[in-house]
Amino acid sequence: MRNPLSKTIESIPPSGIRKFFDVVNEIEGAVSLGVGEPDFDTPWHVRDEGIYSLEKGRTFYTSNSGLKELREEICRFTLRKYNCSYTVPETLVTVGGSEAIDVALRAMLDPGDEVIIPEPCYVSYKPCVILAGGTPVIIDLKEENRFRLTQEELLSAITDRTKILLLSFPNNPTGAIMEREDLEKIARICIEKDIFVISDEIYSELTYGKERHVSIASLPGMKERTIVINGFSKAFAMTGWRLGYAMGPVEIIKQMTKIHQFAIMCAPTTGQFAAVEALRNGDEDIELMRESYDQRRRYLLDAFGKMELPCFEPEGAFYMFPSIKRFNMSSDEFAERLLKAEKLAVVPGSAFGTSGEGFLRISYAYSLDSLKEAMERLGRFIGSL
Amino acid sequence: MREKILRLLEGNAKLSAGEVAVLLGEDEKKVAEEIKAMEDEKVICGYHTMINWNLMPDEKADAIIEVKVAPQRGVGFDRIAERIWQYPEVEGIYLMSGSFDFAIFLQGRSMREVAMFVAEKLSTLDSILSTSTQFVLKKYKDNGVIMEKPEKDERMSIS
Repeated sequence: MRNPLSKTIESIPPSGIRKFFDVVNEIEGAVSLGVGEPDFDTPWHVRDEGIYSLEKGRTFYTSNSGLKELREEICRFTLRKYNCSYTVPETLVTVGGSEAIDVALRAMLDPGDEVIIPEPCYVSYKPCVILAGGTPVIIDLKEENRFRLTQEELLSAITDRTKILLLSFPNNPTGAIMEREDLEKIARICIEKDIFVISDEIYSELTYGKERHVSIASLPGMKERTIVINGFSKAFAMTGWRLGYAMGPVEIIKQMTKIHQFAIMCAPTTGQFAAVEALRNGDEDIELMRESYDQRRRYLLDAFGKMELPCFEPEGAFYMFPSIKRFNMSSDEFAERLLKAEKLAVVPGSAFGTSGEGFLRISYAYSLDSLKEAMERLGRFIGSL
Repeated sequence: MREKILRLLEGNAKLSAGEVAVLLGEDEKKVAEEIKAMEDEKVICGYHTMINWNLMPDEKADAIIEVKVAPQRGVGFDRIAERIWQYPEVEGIYLMSGSFDFAIFLQGRSMREVAMFVAEKLSTLDSILSTSTQFVLKKYKDNGVIMEKPEKDERMSIS
């Protein structure tokens, strides 16, 4: 029989996260700080709206781009929060931010086009670029720059074939953010070199510094060359609803909608109705959750300090990215030994790119009690080394 | 800062001033002083433990008693309320709007004990016109805390 598989898919290794997940699942009583989703339930009024939409029999398809009502609310939200002015035709509702990333890449890439991906980053970008026929070009971000992208790093990665820069701040796994001045430098280069930006801003509501999130699309000259990806998973604790969106120039959104239409048809209807409610009446929920994450972030920073585990202060998302370089082992080995000795699961930084080697991703989307228990285990383990 | 401290302590009275300071990113000494000040001003009037007595072998009977009273000239409801709150059996007493005046929360060792308290002590007070006793059969959520066994974290352990 012939090989049924495509060479492309065979060339892509499985997610490093997934590999570790299988190990963790075999260990009974393991405490995990490995999740990448909120520990809060979706706010009740949002769930209730989803239930109500089912009671009313709203079980039909929506338009391919998503409910008009929802897209209008997304535009209002984006204007209110990030001062970015978009219209309904510039907005596409997708199955999570993940689909939006995939569809954007497929709509924009031709074979040989290069996509610059700063790592460490979420595990799907590189495979999605390859599947879309593009060539990923990796920039290894550095801890001394607090894992922000610098203009020098960007310039050194640009070639004649560079088409897209894929930004993801606030960042999973580092918790790094990019402030206005950082983004302005990047934007200037993108305009000068005629590069498009796909900006995955799924953690935009979770920042903890003085200034709230700045979207690169809000900078002068950037809206016309940026696709902003966002969604409901992190801001409204709606991961399982699988609902996200993309916003960008009409001619790109139009082509993205075509792919979305042929592959997906439309995002799930129930979630779309629930999301309208989230955007209309969810600001207070976001604030409560954000404050709670911020407290846990401070708690972990303090706990790391006490056990002399060096960690730059992350200002976004819900991850810490401490360095374990002084223990002279790989992050894989550290995570495996920690799991074995203390039944505590964290994700090795190397799962997010080679520049994540020497770090751990520790999620604080857990109750304070769970974090306390976990820090006791981690402290004991470090003490034993 | 006060409201933030209170919100943390409301959720967990066991947090030390040091822990509160870490969580809020404030100075420990300042937090300790603020807590002390709020204790002195009776903004913080006590630290209680939330107990699910349902899980203990000894039975307890909780009741809510709706009471109608004749308010007294000059002192209104306050004097009567003060009479009632003196009884240690009374866990709480609220002045209410609507069809009755006081809602009284009682806890006794048995339904009979609660009933006897109402019959022998409460009803016999001069200003009390009528009482209506409702026993609590099961507490699902109390003081914002769901009393059922906590649900398991169903998220995937790594994602």
